[in-house]
Amino acid sequence: MTATPIIEGRDLHTYYGASHILRGVDFTVSRGEAVALMGRNGMGKSTLLKSLLGLVRPQRGEVRAGGENVTAQPTHRIARRGIAYVPEGRGIFPNLSVRENLVMAARSGARGQREWTLDRVLASFPRLADRIGHAGDALSGGEQQMLTIGRALMTNPDLLILDEATEGLAPLMAREIWAIIVAIRASGIATVVVDRNHAAVTALADRAVILVKGQVVFSGTATELRAKPELLHTHLGV
Amino acid sequence: MDLPTFLIQLLNAVQYGLLLFLVASGLTLIFGIMGVINLAHGAFYMVGAYLAFALTGLTGNLLFAILLGIPLAFAFGALLEWLLYAHLYKRDHLEQVLLTYGLILIFEEGRSLLFGDDVHGVDVPALFAASIPLTDTLSYPVYRLVISAACIALAAGLFLLIRRTKLGMVIRAGSHDRDMVQALGIDIDRTYRIVFALGVALAAFGGMLAAPVSSVYPGMGNQVLIISFVVVVIGGIGSVTGALVASLVIGLADTFGKVLVPEYAGLAVYLVMAAVLLWRPEGIFRRG
Repeated sequence: MTATPIIEGRDLHTYYGASHILRGVDFTVSRGEAVALMGRNGMGKSTLLKSLLGLVRPQRGEVRAGGENVTAQPTHRIARRGIAYVPEGRGIFPNLSVRENLVMAARSGARGQREWTLDRVLASFPRLADRIGHAGDALSGGEQQMLTIGRALMTNPDLLILDEATEGLAPLMAREIWAIIVAIRASGIATVVVDRNHAAVTALADRAVILVKGQVVFSGTATELRAKPELLHTHLGV
Repeated sequence: MDLPTFLIQLLNAVQYGLLLFLVASGLTLIFGIMGVINLAHGAFYMVGAYLAFALTGLTGNLLFAILLGIPLAFAFGALLEWLLYAHLYKRDHLEQVLLTYGLILIFEEGRSLLFGDDVHGVDVPALFAASIPLTDTLSYPVYRLVISAACIALAAGLFLLIRRTKLGMVIRAGSHDRDMVQALGIDIDRTYRIVFALGVALAAFGGMLAAPVSSVYPGMGNQVLIISFVVVVIGGIGSVTGALVASLVIGLADTFGKVLVPEYAGLAVYLVMAAVLLWRPEGIFRRG
């Protein structure tokens, strides 16, 4: 018997107005695995992530979390099944302090685990500890990204979804964020990573999924993907 | 103006301003956080006053009436939010104005059916019925000081709630990015319901407190509504601190306007608003 996936999208069709963004996407994340979600801009990566979380509603298809159909459930219920989301563009609360950004998200995980506390998050992100009283919008881009990841960890997730976590960051800061993502993955939290640094993503991931125009054109292990560099070339232009 | 008169007017101004704050704070929260223009907010003040009248009749004491009335008003607010207001968040302001204006008419008509169109009085609780003598001829009623003290206590509680509690953090976060709050596993709809019900309870509490001083009469919510909107605009939409400061400013302008230039008293409040908006078009305090 295989373990129940943490989250699963089956034959998802999502529209923005009249445009058909997702065209029958299947996507699964199992406990503890790291999945690279790849594709050029506008191919539906962010829409897929939002569809899984119920932030946009797929018109057709089904989202299942922990084996239950959650397609019609409100976002907060889906998130409470152990899914944390770091959106593109970060989504910190600029009018809250660093501490408040973290504290407001705190809860025990879907299995009751309380591994991530304020102290542990601050120990993992010393830069945040230094700026604990600052307002969110007083942070640098990299610090804001750390805050969003730290805030996601405060929910004690089983799955962390990172949409473009290093976008727009200086190389040094991006490297720091990558080290954090690697550490999170090593701690046993499943991850879905969207990032332009394909080498770093595929090195981290167990599996990779490539989206082209709202359809899955590749779904396989990272080893398979590395063995076929032409896939990356054709679909991602690298 | 001699000192005792000045002192009495000052106390009146502060008491009026604080009472306004009870209505305006809910209005600014509902407007700033949920984006709903709630024209019916003054009607909640009226509902509070009539609740005080009815429940004082039943229990024999305004204090019992208030103790009963606050949870009733909160529950009423939660019910209205669930039934009507929750459907307004994503709609435009015109639809909000239509629905909430409709509610004013329904509340006024309901009031007329239940209580008639006469003016009713509510007795000051015996405990606070005394007056403090200031001079041989002037004295100040204890009950008015009680109103101010109750409002100050509530204002302090509200600031603690918003600044220090997790609910307050969620309220502030939700005013910035509703989706992100939900993605963190927080039920923002429930938060909105609480904020709305709290706003209704605050306005109703204001009406209950004011009932013995102002009497209870038809249309009493409308005047409060207009002044409360002035307060919200002056203070900065969404800012509770702004609402407090602006309430006191308006309380002073209105009270001293009536004493010093009685023939132009009605203008004082709006002149202050115009002056503030010329100085800071977004209000004294930015949203936060």
